[in-house]
Amino acid sequence: MAECIHCGQDCGKNPVIWDDKTFCCNGCSMVFQILSEKKLDRYYDMMPTPGIRLDQENTSGTRYAYLDNDEIRLKLLDFSDGGISRVNLFIPAIHCSSCIWLLENLNTIHKGIMHSHVNFVRKEVSITFRESDISLRQVIELLHTIHYIPDISYNKEKKDDHQKANRRMIMKIGVAGFAFGNIMLLSFPDYLPGGEAIDELMAGTFGIVSFVLALPVITFCSSDFFLSAFKSLRKKIINIDLPLSIGIISLFLESTYEIFSGAGTGYMDSLAGLLFFMLIGRWYQSRTYQSLSFDRDYRSYFPIAVTRLLDGKEDFVQLKDLKTGDIILVRNGELIPVDSILTDGEGNIDYSFVTGESIPVSKKAGDFVFAGGKQSGAAIRLRVEKEVAQSYLTQLWNEDKLGEEAGIQMQSVITRVSHYFTLVILAIAFSAGVFWSFSDFGKAVYVFASILIVACPCALSLTIPFTFGNVMRVFGRNGFYIKNTEVIEKLTHADTVVFDKTGTLTHSRTMNIGWEGIALSAGEEQFIRSVARNSTHPLSIMVSEWLPVSALLAVDNYKEISGLGINGFVDGHRVMLGSRRFIAGNDVSEENKISSVYVSIDNKLRGFFKMENHYREGLPEVIAGMKHMQLHLLTGDNDSEEANLRTYFSPDTQLHFNQTPVDKLEYITELKANGRNVIMIGDGLNDAGALLKADIGITIADDIYHFSPACDAILSSSKFGRLQDYLRFSKSAMNIVYASYLISFLYNIVGLTFAIQGLLSPVFAAILMPLSSISVVTFASLSVSALSKSRKF
Amino acid sequence: MSVIVVLIGFSIVVAAGFLVAFLWAVKSGQYDDDISPSVRILFDNDDEKPKQTNTNPNKV
Repeated sequence: MAECIHCGQDCGKNPVIWDDKTFCCNGCSMVFQILSEKKLDRYYDMMPTPGIRLDQENTSGTRYAYLDNDEIRLKLLDFSDGGISRVNLFIPAIHCSSCIWLLENLNTIHKGIMHSHVNFVRKEVSITFRESDISLRQVIELLHTIHYIPDISYNKEKKDDHQKANRRMIMKIGVAGFAFGNIMLLSFPDYLPGGEAIDELMAGTFGIVSFVLALPVITFCSSDFFLSAFKSLRKKIINIDLPLSIGIISLFLESTYEIFSGAGTGYMDSLAGLLFFMLIGRWYQSRTYQSLSFDRDYRSYFPIAVTRLLDGKEDFVQLKDLKTGDIILVRNGELIPVDSILTDGEGNIDYSFVTGESIPVSKKAGDFVFAGGKQSGAAIRLRVEKEVAQSYLTQLWNEDKLGEEAGIQMQSVITRVSHYFTLVILAIAFSAGVFWSFSDFGKAVYVFASILIVACPCALSLTIPFTFGNVMRVFGRNGFYIKNTEVIEKLTHADTVVFDKTGTLTHSRTMNIGWEGIALSAGEEQFIRSVARNSTHPLSIMVSEWLPVSALLAVDNYKEISGLGINGFVDGHRVMLGSRRFIAGNDVSEENKISSVYVSIDNKLRGFFKMENHYREGLPEVIAGMKHMQLHLLTGDNDSEEANLRTYFSPDTQLHFNQTPVDKLEYITELKANGRNVIMIGDGLNDAGALLKADIGITIADDIYHFSPACDAILSSSKFGRLQDYLRFSKSAMNIVYASYLISFLYNIVGLTFAIQGLLSPVFAAILMPLSSISVVTFASLSVSALSKSRKF
Repeated sequence: MSVIVVLIGFSIVVAAGFLVAFLWAVKSGQYDDDISPSVRILFDNDDEKPKQTNTNPNKV
């Protein structure tokens, strides 16, 4: 089997050859030609097969014509002045160093491009170009020709916010690290024998300098912790940041008192050190997948503009300005953005993004068409029936968003632990303070402060960031991308799993094929294959792929009748493939439950190809691994597959057929109302409501950077068979968290025994606190990596 | 010994200088993308050449 030079995919049975090199499709060969023409073929030296394969290429024509509309253009441009413009585009396909190299050498391909710069982490390229030489539309068409298709949408603000927060976090870590290092240097004499003998001038100076260095730590670096503690108090919850803040403040006040009263040097080094570690923990936890989007709404899926026909003229209108009654034009490969009625043309609509079903549905003039489908075939005209925001799918989406916010937040383990922890510590501190105040008031204050200091749950607060942060990275390496670390804890509570069928349990692009009817001779198979090769319909492609390899014969008079079938003459024989109605003229005899492709040769019915769902590899393992949970299946399809599904699922699994998106959503709501913790696993837009409503929504995606409905986690479809392993791994990770809690409690108990008796020496405290944090971090990180090795992740 | 106090003053001023440089680097966006700069430095800088030798586009 030859590999495509450009994208590395298997070239199949008929590779495209150009310059003695093999390509999987014309698109890939085109890109190779453009690049070698411009002497940019070093693209292929840096990384073998760096290219991206496109399923369909329609760069030419009017796909991007709306970018010539001034209003839209200016909204997309970052900056435009004196004929020079800059645009920032999100290109999901960016994946290797060759991509960076090529995208930064765009100026070689077109002289109008002055400069381009890639941000790899965000998968963005920023392009500066001269408007007189190249328009925005041409820039984007150029990117499309080389298969780097930008994802054009308006919502950029969220990413910018994330970037700002990330910068601030790094600055805080820098300041805390700076203070930590310098104060540590000054406090060093305290840790050495004979340190007490240091002369007064120096001890005083060291103390004051430490105090000054600690000021930015307590004000700038700790602000997040204080703010979060304050917020949680207002909500009458005690979160981990409250005892942390109490600890930080008492540490600072006690140290300040010691420094200025001359009683000692204080614990400023511990204060700065702890904040340094804790900030690193928070940063580590927040390093999620910047280029993946977990909360996309319909706007990022729909185009930003659509062709409207007004008084016989075409113009482009932004989606939000579309009114009921407008006539819109949707061309091949374009998306139908609103619920509408087909007025003109043959609709052949692919709802794979909505339902996961890739076989197009045919529509006639006068039919109602739901938003979300992609037209394949000639352009169609539609009359808008509902505005975008009122469309069936988008409405489902909007309702849910509201429901989600009003929902009760799950109490995580850390919140519950810190609740009791805080109360216990405060109780101990007060009673010890009262006890000591009878004999020595000064000592009482000291004991009170040292209890709060030594009980500061730094180690406790570091456990989750490091354990779950590492788990998140282990998952990410294995094709399971989670939105944030909270998802891991939620996964461990789940007791119910709801599956979607089409596209989730089944492959969306391949099916099991079988032939039923009069046996075909090799010659006839060759005829059928030759005819089927002419069509781009998924069923034709599957049939031609399934038939044995043979030379392609010339087809005369080839005709494709949308929604029915194909027809052509090979070697004088008339070959017809298509639906039962098309071939046999009737479809009454049996209910057509399974998709089948009927074949007639010379007007004689020969039989049909039976197309069955092809279940994903590893499905039996996944189901076996989840047998302790309640399983459900919801599908929009009819029950023709029931017998087949029963071979996989146990008899007590509930299978529900003919479910609409709203049914799915209500089903989840009901499960949740019965107190179940639900994982919903789906793929299409029709699952969007259910995915949002469930405790955890997992989207299965063939291409993780492509559009996926809003969810908590994205699972790369090739890793479907390991789903149960991820759940088990989360459970084990939770045990690591508990073990780390135990370690940090042990340290606390040791520290508290000394503190209560008023025996806590500053040096002892200064060593104990960082030691507990470091040992917890080490334990958590090492156990997760050991676990991932033993589970073969 | 008290010269140490003076030395500490100087060393902190120097260290603070580096801190300011770090904060500036973060603010100017140098920490936004930590992957492409490491790759970019390895690219050869001869992207001027292809423009001049672009005589026979059909030959690779």
